[in-house]
Amino acid sequence: MPASVTNFATHFFVTGEPMIYGADVAIVLVSLAILFVLTYFKKWKWLWKEWLTTVDHKKIGIMYLIAALLMMFRGGVDALLMRTQLMLPNGRFLQAQHYNEIFTTHGTLMILFMAMPFIFAMFNIVVPLQIGARDVAFPYLNAISFWLFFVAAMLLNLSFVIGGSPDAGWVSYPPLADLPFDRGPGENFYLLSLQITGIGSMATGLNFFVTIMRMRAPGMTLMRMPLFCWAVLSASVLIIVAFPALTAALALLLIDRVAGAHFFTMLAGGNPMMYVNLFWVWGHPEVYIVVLPAFGVFSEVVATFAKKRVFGYASMVASMMVITVISYLVWLHHFFTMGAGPGVNSFFALASMIIAIPTGVKVFNWLMTLFRGRIRLTPPLLWTLGFVPNFAIGGATGVMLAVAPADYQYHNSYFLIAHFHQVLIGGTVYGMIAGMYYWWPKVFGFLLGERLARHAFWWFNIGFYVCFLPQYFLGYMGMTRRIYTYPPGMGWTTWNFISTLGAYMMGIGFILIAANIVQSALHGVRDTTGDPWDGRTLEWSLPSPAPHYNFARIPTVHSRDAWWEMKEARRRGEPVQESTEPLRPIHMPKSSGRPFILSVLFFVFGFGMTFNWYVMAIIGLLGVGICLVLRSFEFDTDFYIPVHEIEETEAAYGRS
Amino acid sequence: MSEMGLRRLRRLGVLAAVPLLCTGCGERYFILNPAGPVANVEKNLIVLTFVLTGIVVIPVIALMAFIVTRYRDKPGNTAPYEPEWSESKTLEIIWWGIPILIIAILGTFTVRDTFRLVRPPVASGPPMTIQVTSLDWKWLFQYPGQNIATVNYVRIPAGRPVEFVLTSHAPMNSFWVPQLGGQEYTMPGMAMRLWLQADRPGTYFGSGANFTGRGFAHMRFNVIAMPSADFDRWTQQVKRTAPPLTTAGYKALEQQSVVGQLQYSSFPKGLFEQTIRTDGGMYMKQKMETATD
Ligand code: HEM
Ligand SMILES: [Cu+2]
Repeated sequence: MPASVTNFATHFFVTGEPMIYGADVAIVLVSLAILFVLTYFKKWKWLWKEWLTTVDHKKIGIMYLIAALLMMFRGGVDALLMRTQLMLPNGRFLQAQHYNEIFTTHGTLMILFMAMPFIFAMFNIVVPLQIGARDVAFPYLNAISFWLFFVAAMLLNLSFVIGGSPDAGWVSYPPLADLPFDRGPGENFYLLSLQITGIGSMATGLNFFVTIMRMRAPGMTLMRMPLFCWAVLSASVLIIVAFPALTAALALLLIDRVAGAHFFTMLAGGNPMMYVNLFWVWGHPEVYIVVLPAFGVFSEVVATFAKKRVFGYASMVASMMVITVISYLVWLHHFFTMGAGPGVNSFFALASMIIAIPTGVKVFNWLMTLFRGRIRLTPPLLWTLGFVPNFAIGGATGVMLAVAPADYQYHNSYFLIAHFHQVLIGGTVYGMIAGMYYWWPKVFGFLLGERLARHAFWWFNIGFYVCFLPQYFLGYMGMTRRIYTYPPGMGWTTWNFISTLGAYMMGIGFILIAANIVQSALHGVRDTTGDPWDGRTLEWSLPSPAPHYNFARIPTVHSRDAWWEMKEARRRGEPVQESTEPLRPIHMPKSSGRPFILSVLFFVFGFGMTFNWYVMAIIGLLGVGICLVLRSFEFDTDFYIPVHEIEETEAAYGRS
Repeated sequence: MSEMGLRRLRRLGVLAAVPLLCTGCGERYFILNPAGPVANVEKNLIVLTFVLTGIVVIPVIALMAFIVTRYRDKPGNTAPYEPEWSESKTLEIIWWGIPILIIAILGTFTVRDTFRLVRPPVASGPPMTIQVTSLDWKWLFQYPGQNIATVNYVRIPAGRPVEFVLTSHAPMNSFWVPQLGGQEYTMPGMAMRLWLQADRPGTYFGSGANFTGRGFAHMRFNVIAMPSADFDRWTQQVKRTAPPLTTAGYKALEQQSVVGQLQYSSFPKGLFEQTIRTDGGMYMKQKMETATD
């Protein structure tokens, strides 16, 4: 082989690490296996027709869910690798460079490619059903959002075996992430994959904002809307206002890197602190973007499983609105130690503390919803109850960090690490898992078994405290984040060792969740009623899984907890409105392959940019442009489901 | 709240924190064992927050445990069940009110101490200045008053306020000596000021806190506080025995590497200011003047 080719190959493919060769082999084998299965069972057409081209919000939700769980697995493996390295002082399990790549990938994946798709899974699965709509406002755009996220996730994951992973932390501050210090393509992978998925997230934010504002069933005023929809509305607003800042930060950094500009180096009058500001102007709202939907889930779950109205609805809505506004005014608490001056630090310290007030109020309201209820300890409620102490502690440590002078001690230490894992795992992840257990029967038509679910919860929950409480103590002992090794004799060893054991317990918890899903898929209890939990909101009025068009007749809403009230009315023997109206043909969007193709072209663009192969990048971008133009001239985008087909479908569900 | 009451509150907080935090070797919990006035102010705030947030956290967890045991959906459970009960002005006022009150108290002390810490700590001796440069992956300390320099350790006189002037000639780092006080970023092209003081002689752990790449984990240093007379004797000794830091020597230090402790009997005049200027300080005229005047 000519030397130039060998040279190219050794730089293009990541070499020299047994773990990476293992990953190479695994990727090739899994890909081959997927190709084989699809071909053998003649599923290519099915894959294309039912999934790749779908614009159905329910299927898009399922794909988000699968992707989120896969990314949680990958991010979780990263976490276990790191914890294994830190288990004992002077660990030899990972090299410095490898450790840096792993924590960078871990953070990036968990926030942008696990938490985000997980909340989007819930948005998609739940919102149209809860507001009595047949799809989102822009189904085609929704498909584009998903596929952009998907190719971006692939792009980032590819960096593990091709080119090398990013290694400057998930915040990727210049100058460390800028040219002289970080030349490799890893950082470009980070910038481009975030940029691409960012477009998708932005579109999702707009999509659900419009869906909730415009597509509610007749009678469902904003103040009759389920609290989950309020949470999605708040998160969507935050996405719309926050993501542009990230886009700008990443774009400027990319220009620095590929075109040698100096936005974020001091050398030509730029300023790295501008990046830090822009990043957190997005970054802080982002943490609320991923936690607000979890709040929404908890509100639904406590009401259902206490068999009681949610307590303090108006105050719940108000607190979410307050959070939405204030979370945009606190970003500087991520870098008090930049030394912007006492006035600036005081302002942001106060704003950060104030945001804890509405958060605390919500916790009390959830508890009061359970108070004088009839509590069923089902898996969704179990995860919700697990969330409460986590969030109480995590919120409290958040307030501790918001005390600016104290943050000079906590910043960049393991105390901070423990704080944000407690709120992100205890909040977002618990919330999303609760939501997954709660809406699973609606999506798949069977329930997840309770016995394994309980085991999974306790392993994960206890593991969580074993893993993260010691990290608060490590913070007090002066251990800083992002160190790949530490010396003995600091007193850090015991806590690190315990923490690692906790991480393994959480790993077991995750495996049990996966086992729970597999086991229930094979032997689970079927949900024949569509309302397995005795629910309160409209999605439970539908059969499980919901038909393609969701509602044969759009319901009219007279109060909060619309489905509960309908059931009450029926119990009282009052006439039920919906079944008396005649069916009408239903207007639905057509499937399209273009969102998928467009996203693949975006991938081509991103890959080309990553390696500075501009011809490839331009081809990709041109392709994207052509797709957009073609869409503009497409008029045959929808169709009507005829009445007899609706009748047949409903009859198959045993409904009229 | 009166100072007296506050002190009592704090003592209570320490008591509450003791079983949690002191598993055998309390001294290792640097942040809770301050050795100087700055770290002490910070510790007091930390204890105060611990107590104030505890007022919410503990009842929440207790309340949850109570509710979940009492209101289970079991046959024969006689606890009241009120499915329609969903509003209570009084209760809502209580839990909007209590957190607001707590945050108001905490906010007041936070702002007070935020302003307090930008001033030099009250001290028994005249202040001295040490210029700190974070390099890849080592710390360079220059003593303009003594005209000596050290790498990866720094000696200071105990009981005197020390003005650390911070910059970086590498990716942004953060200078942190937990027992003396909180950290502050070191940024290329800028000079930041951090006041610290050690009240008693001792060796204090310090490290870089903001990630800077492969060698970051090794950017640890000791701060050794010693009686004034000893400090003077030590500077004389360095002057006599150590080699000078030459321009070429500094160029070598700039290279990415991990090194041990070093000392120099002198350093090129204006090296620190020069570093800041060429790293971009020339675009930030104002900052430079205030920081290095
Ligand atoms: C209850 C109100 C909260 C307050 C007052 C608060 C306060 C803070 C502060 C001051 C920091 C910066 C600490 C430092 O860097 O030194 C921080 C970091 C962080 N917080 Fe919170 N927080 C709160 C809730 C949350 C929630 C709900 C989430 C996410 C679900 C969250 C996620 C994070 C993350 C991810 C970081 C650190 C990111 C990084 O540096 O890599 N926080 N928080
Ligand atoms: Cu924040």
